[in-house]
Amino acid sequence: MFDFITFIPRAVMQGIPLLLGSTGETLTEKSGNLNLGIPGIMYVGGICGVIGAFFYEAGKTAQEMNTFLAILIPMLCCLAGSLLMGLLYCFLTVTLRANQNVTGLALTTFGVGFGNFFGGSLIKLSGSELPSIILTNTSNIFRRHLAAGDSTGVFGKLFLSYGFLAYVAVILALVISYILKRTRTGLHLRAVGESPNTADAAGINVSRQKYAATCIGSMIAGLGGLYYVMDYASGMWTNNAFGDRGWLAIALVIFTIWRPNVGVLASFLFGGLYILHMYIPSGMNLAVKELYKMAPYVVTIIVLILTSMRNKRENQPPASLGLPYFREER
Amino acid sequence: MEEKTAAVTMRNITKRFGPVLANDKVWLDIYRGEILALLGENGSGKTTLMNMLSGIYFPDEGDISIDGRPVVIRSPKDAFDLGIGMIHQHFKLVDVLTAAENIVLGLEGKLDLKSAARRIREICDAYGFEVDPNQKIYNMSVSQKQTVEIVKVLYRGADILILDEPTAVLTPQETDKLFTVLRNMRNDGKAIVIITHKMHEVEALSDRVAILRHGQFVGDMLTKNTNAQEMTNMMVGHAVTLNIDRPEPVDPKPRIEVEGLTVRSIDGILKLDDVSFTANSGEILGIAGISGCGQKELLEAIAGLQPVEKGSISYVNDDGTKEELIGKDPLAIAGLGVSLSFVPEDRLGMGLVANMDLADNMMLRSFRRGRSVFTDRRSPYRLAENVVRDLEVVTPGVSTPVRRLSGGNVQKVLVGREIASAPTVLLTAYAVRGLDINSSYTIYDLINQQKASGVAVIYVGEDLDVLLELADRILVLCGGKVSGIVPGRGASKREVGLMMTKLGGKANG
Repeated sequence: MFDFITFIPRAVMQGIPLLLGSTGETLTEKSGNLNLGIPGIMYVGGICGVIGAFFYEAGKTAQEMNTFLAILIPMLCCLAGSLLMGLLYCFLTVTLRANQNVTGLALTTFGVGFGNFFGGSLIKLSGSELPSIILTNTSNIFRRHLAAGDSTGVFGKLFLSYGFLAYVAVILALVISYILKRTRTGLHLRAVGESPNTADAAGINVSRQKYAATCIGSMIAGLGGLYYVMDYASGMWTNNAFGDRGWLAIALVIFTIWRPNVGVLASFLFGGLYILHMYIPSGMNLAVKELYKMAPYVVTIIVLILTSMRNKRENQPPASLGLPYFREER
Repeated sequence: MEEKTAAVTMRNITKRFGPVLANDKVWLDIYRGEILALLGENGSGKTTLMNMLSGIYFPDEGDISIDGRPVVIRSPKDAFDLGIGMIHQHFKLVDVLTAAENIVLGLEGKLDLKSAARRIREICDAYGFEVDPNQKIYNMSVSQKQTVEIVKVLYRGADILILDEPTAVLTPQETDKLFTVLRNMRNDGKAIVIITHKMHEVEALSDRVAILRHGQFVGDMLTKNTNAQEMTNMMVGHAVTLNIDRPEPVDPKPRIEVEGLTVRSIDGILKLDDVSFTANSGEILGIAGISGCGQKELLEAIAGLQPVEKGSISYVNDDGTKEELIGKDPLAIAGLGVSLSFVPEDRLGMGLVANMDLADNMMLRSFRRGRSVFTDRRSPYRLAENVVRDLEVVTPGVSTPVRRLSGGNVQKVLVGREIASAPTVLLTAYAVRGLDINSSYTIYDLINQQKASGVAVIYVGEDLDVLLELADRILVLCGGKVSGIVPGRGASKREVGLMMTKLGGKANG
């Protein structure tokens, strides 16, 4: 019998980094910026958090650590790191009007390299035997959950057993959805992504909207990296362990047809598909496992085909996605 | 007549774009309770001048006063605050948003679409608009989109309205409706500026005209004290004749025979329903109809670009033998001398590549010719130079990308190229869309020359007055069906207009 009670919480935890990544990317794309640097930004978010936590944790025992600071320091480091990445992306694509795809891919390559470089340095510094850094104390704080999670049986296990960042991710997705759909800020942002010259003529500052959405989006995505290290991986940083989650987050944006609220459940589905291979007995044949790992991408392609076939305008990407805006260009 | 106050005074306005002087010390007064028609050829600086009033551009020199108070307009927002609203030629609307969302776009405060919708309905009732606040823009017709633009401006409390070629994309009926609304607004004390090329509209609608030529202010006068001839002469700078020639067709013989043509769009919508007609050589067959009634599909079917459900299209050779065009590949059809020039609403969509220069665009028609693997670059270059010279295309040179040219000049390049390919059948749609009067007449002359040399011309036009003067026969389409074919000589605008809206046009006629 398939063990749903252990599978679902694992799927959710697997899904949270994807949810944060895709919420950030959706917000960014709504402003017309196709930020393919998201995998790199999540990577940078993760390693910056690790750096912060590493220096705070160094030489302290679990008792000596202040809960508040142990969360605040890695969090601020993570946000600062991903914000800088977002700013860099904006400066290149909005101010200098560089090609968005090229810039994004470069940022991803850069982010992964940056993470691995500092990851490697920290491993050297810690003098560890293993090729990884283990921040158990910080991780324990990040993973703390309500006591009720353990005492309420199945319900607690399914809904209350996660670290606080998981709830932050869900709330952020819902809030961003609401902002995009119901508020003037969201309306203006969507207008910028759909038709920047219309927005400009209506008196909306296009560059400012793009900067704001992209930077905030980057910070949200960066939190995904932080969650992955501190919560999902129990505080263990290993170079390249983050894998292709960043790309999955971008796939998730398309899968959810640019709706972060849909992303909440969709990310859990993706998380489930991502780890399905561990729960389905496939014997010794590793190739089959690899096939299972493809499942999220296959599902995304199917959604792409379905939305293209239905051809509903609301389900299409923002019309000016990937295009630079220059007022005097005709 | 009551005393009117100048709402806007523009003095010594100068604007340069690099070396080009777009506006040179222009003076202009706009009054409340009056409709001012701003006239000028393409590129004479009308739109630039109005863009400075609406905050898109900033003047290099000169002063603007609103109600006698000097003002500085730096952004569209400043303009809104002063009560100035402009309806651009290319609509500034977000397709996936609703009318109401578009209308409140850029405003401050809490987003309350319900109360916005209520106010929109009030404005609509006051002036006789029809807008559904919750309808998405992409579901709207061109005229509905324009209405949304006007309501948007009024919603912001504008009492000085500028409309840049508002009728270019409207049917005669929609134009009449727009004019009624504009008159209502004038009577309500608003100042209205309308940029247009159509003389009969100027005469029908405006109270006063102001004329620009090559960026300079030529003069203004009351509409009732002038006439089309005088206005045109002032615009062009010399006397021009305003009659469109219509020589009797010489030896017309059937060239294209269309029989029971039925075309469906990809979505399965019936675009052409059992259309039959004959186009003769040496004759202009005008096609009239409300936009989207199958004109595009008809021309594309003849050119081989549109899959046909049933029916036949035959090309009749000089010796009387017929060739079926359906099923032939577009290249083979073009080889027979069937040439299509379609000017879409955005002018660049079909036929020209915006980022390529004039000579390369000429080459799109000729690159298959020649024997070697290398293309012949010299003859398209010469052709481009000829087109530039003959049609007076305003361009720095033939190696300028087409996208840098103004709309009218882009069209001259397109039409010039098609005519230069010496066709036996010329299919042309909206050839003068957005062109000023002088360029339009150049194009009519070109088409007439083709007719005189025995070409079968199929001319899809939007301006009924021109169709009635130019075409030998007029085929009227209504919802994809042939509503009737009338001789161009002696047909009345009313008759054709009715046929456009109702099959046969007879009912309650």
